[in-house]
Amino acid sequence: MAEGLFVRRLILFAPLVVFGLLLAALAWRLAAPSDASVRSTLVGKPLPDIRLTPLAPGGAAIPLRSATDKPMLINFFASWCVPCVAEAPLLEELQRKDVAILGIAVRDRPEDIAAFLQRHGNPFFAIGGDPESQAQIALGSSGVPESYVVDGRGIIRYQHIGPIEGGDVTVIMAELEKAR
Amino acid sequence: MKRLLLILALAFAAPSLADSNLPPAYWANRQLPDATQEARATALMEELRCLVCQGQSIADSDAEIAGDMRDLVRRRIAAGERPDDIRAWLIERYGSWVSYKPAANPGTWALWLAPLLFLAIGGWMAASRIKRGGED
Repeated sequence: MAEGLFVRRLILFAPLVVFGLLLAALAWRLAAPSDASVRSTLVGKPLPDIRLTPLAPGGAAIPLRSATDKPMLINFFASWCVPCVAEAPLLEELQRKDVAILGIAVRDRPEDIAAFLQRHGNPFFAIGGDPESQAQIALGSSGVPESYVVDGRGIIRYQHIGPIEGGDVTVIMAELEKAR
Repeated sequence: MKRLLLILALAFAAPSLADSNLPPAYWANRQLPDATQEARATALMEELRCLVCQGQSIADSDAEIAGDMRDLVRRRIAAGERPDDIRAWLIERYGSWVSYKPAANPGTWALWLAPLLFLAIGGWMAASRIKRGGED
């Protein structure tokens, strides 16, 4: 009899326990927000066989796969992208370390790109246009800025989402070294 | 006076630029002339997830990349590609996350089996209750 009462009491407290667990889960997610960035599933796979739109009318389209036979960094950027401004000096730092950087200007106009490069420097060995985000979608990227490390055989090795910040330079250099 | 200044400040404030200066892609907000193809494209667009808004399909989203994805879907449908192939092409890039339609693979078996399991439990509960009712 007393045992039955105890069980009934326990059941009475169950909603409170559930509520407490819910609160704990909410507090945990507030303290450690989930990472909402969408990672490309092409890492470890070859670059898609696409051509980047030439920036100047009549210019040559850049074939993404054969842009270079060295390991390279592909950088999605845009003149309208504010974090890209913050990233610019770090791309220049990488370029000074002999990193071959291919720029892909997303949804941009040639005159705006020229003004952006004049103001923030040009670390790219070549720049292709991507007026309708088709290159971006083909690489599984979802925003600007984003960067990919590609090895000499055209295999994607690493994806960096968001602007490259001070601490990321060593990570990217290490990934490029691995891609050699 | 202070309020007027505030309103003036708002009127002349430069908006923060998160969007490009280019117009939407050609097929982003335009229907395909062939109604069957457009229906096929719309059905697919409603099942593809917008990459930056996450809670919306690309059919519902105003984000630029969603417009560019609609352009891609309509172009490929118009070129005769099958909706499932386009979906597979996107999943190859973004993972099964990008599609609202759950695939039947080892990762989703619980999703497919759960309704059957609950139906079985419900059936068992109903059956035992009916049996007890008969005994009374």
